[in-house]
Amino acid sequence: MTRWAMVADLRRCVGCQTCTAACKHANGTPPGVQWRRVLDMEVGEYPDVKRVFVPVGCMHCEDPPCMQVCPSTATRRRADGIVTIDYDLCIGCAYCAVACPYQARYKTDSAVFAYGDAPMQSEAARFDSRRIGVATKCTFCADRIDAGLASGLKPGVDPQATPACVNSCIAQALHFGDLADPQSNVSELLAENQSFRMHEELGTGPGFHYLWDRL
Amino acid sequence: MSEYGPRPWVQRHWDLRAAANFMLGGTGAGLLIAAALVMPSPRFAMALALVFVAGGLAAVWLEIGRKLRATHVFFNPRTSWMSRESLVALALFPLGVAALANPQPWLLGASAAVAFAFVYCQARILRASKGIPAWRAPEVVPLIVTSALAEGAAAALVFETGPLAPLFLGFALAARALAWFLFRKATRSERGAAALEHPGNLLLALGTALPLALIAAADALPLAAPLAAAASIGTGWWLKFALVTRAAFNQGFAVPHLPVRGTR
Repeated sequence: MTRWAMVADLRRCVGCQTCTAACKHANGTPPGVQWRRVLDMEVGEYPDVKRVFVPVGCMHCEDPPCMQVCPSTATRRRADGIVTIDYDLCIGCAYCAVACPYQARYKTDSAVFAYGDAPMQSEAARFDSRRIGVATKCTFCADRIDAGLASGLKPGVDPQATPACVNSCIAQALHFGDLADPQSNVSELLAENQSFRMHEELGTGPGFHYLWDRL
Repeated sequence: MSEYGPRPWVQRHWDLRAAANFMLGGTGAGLLIAAALVMPSPRFAMALALVFVAGGLAAVWLEIGRKLRATHVFFNPRTSWMSRESLVALALFPLGVAALANPQPWLLGASAAVAFAFVYCQARILRASKGIPAWRAPEVVPLIVTSALAEGAAAALVFETGPLAPLFLGFALAARALAWFLFRKATRSERGAAALEHPGNLLLALGTALPLALIAAADALPLAAPLAAAASIGTGWWLKFALVTRAAFNQGFAVPHLPVRGTR
């Protein structure tokens, strides 16, 4: 059984936000909505302070709290581990947003564009009225994965079948692949390095792993 | 630095409209329970209780993004406490109206049982919100349930001056105060604890001690009952409002291991 997952190498991330921009470009998210974002975090207390760049977004959990609380069944988890939202079912109650420990969900109550009331050409091309008033979040670019698989491509290896954020990463800090395949890029990275998952104590089983040191 | 990081911040998804469901719904459900337990002629109180519950549901309906799809809320009773709350509300209204029209003990008892289920679902809605540490604490369940009982008992006091209503209110106020102590103890280290200190102190002083004193002096004070009710209900609402809107800090982002640079 396939389990799509993402691996972020914190040693490599330089906080350039190219992945953020690539996600916004690929998914046409409005201002203020960042399905992929990179936190520029200051950790520790003076004088022992470090700066760390942390890519975050939907963790595509094994046991997603957002799915459990969703009253409309709009949020579901595919067999390959990708957590999806059916925009035609969602009522926009935002219960999923308060249930998500990763602040990965957004709700936009009206159409918002970068420059005033009218969309730019690129915004108009990607505008989806179904996303107004409902919950939205990172999809792991599921449409690219599905189309790529249908074309015989390998997600995480072939760019056409890989999430936009991973393709755009200038430092090769972001990786995508099948955790169920021991030969996959992500499985090998996790086998060779020490990693953690965020808020693991909550039992959500995030599908987003962070590398922080070699074994 | 990013606006977001390890330090928690208050959620902005649920505001007064969502809080109103816990405030009005809790009081309405509590009043239905009180009506069944301590009121010999509960018709007007039951009607008011149903108005309260309906008002809470209407308020939360105003918050959802796709109002015409509201019926989708019933789709996931298997895991969602919001779906369960909605389905219980579906049963609550016909039962309540039936009890209103024909206040037989079994109908009053049934409506009280369903009202209890309604407020229990409300409590579990908060408990299931894993993103908000103050809400996911197990102690939030008795706090919400006892708050509803106290508010309902207080509202009943306005209608009923017999001996059972003050007794029920005294019991419910004591239970709510105990639940608040337990909740505060469990969430003391959470980021949102400070936002609840003032409402919690008000709950104990104005919402518990004062109403108990007013009940004790009811024979000498003609306005003791409505004053006790207002103090009990007002402080309960204020605490729930603060819990939903001001103490609802998430837990931020955590990086348990910092990257060891230069190793790759």
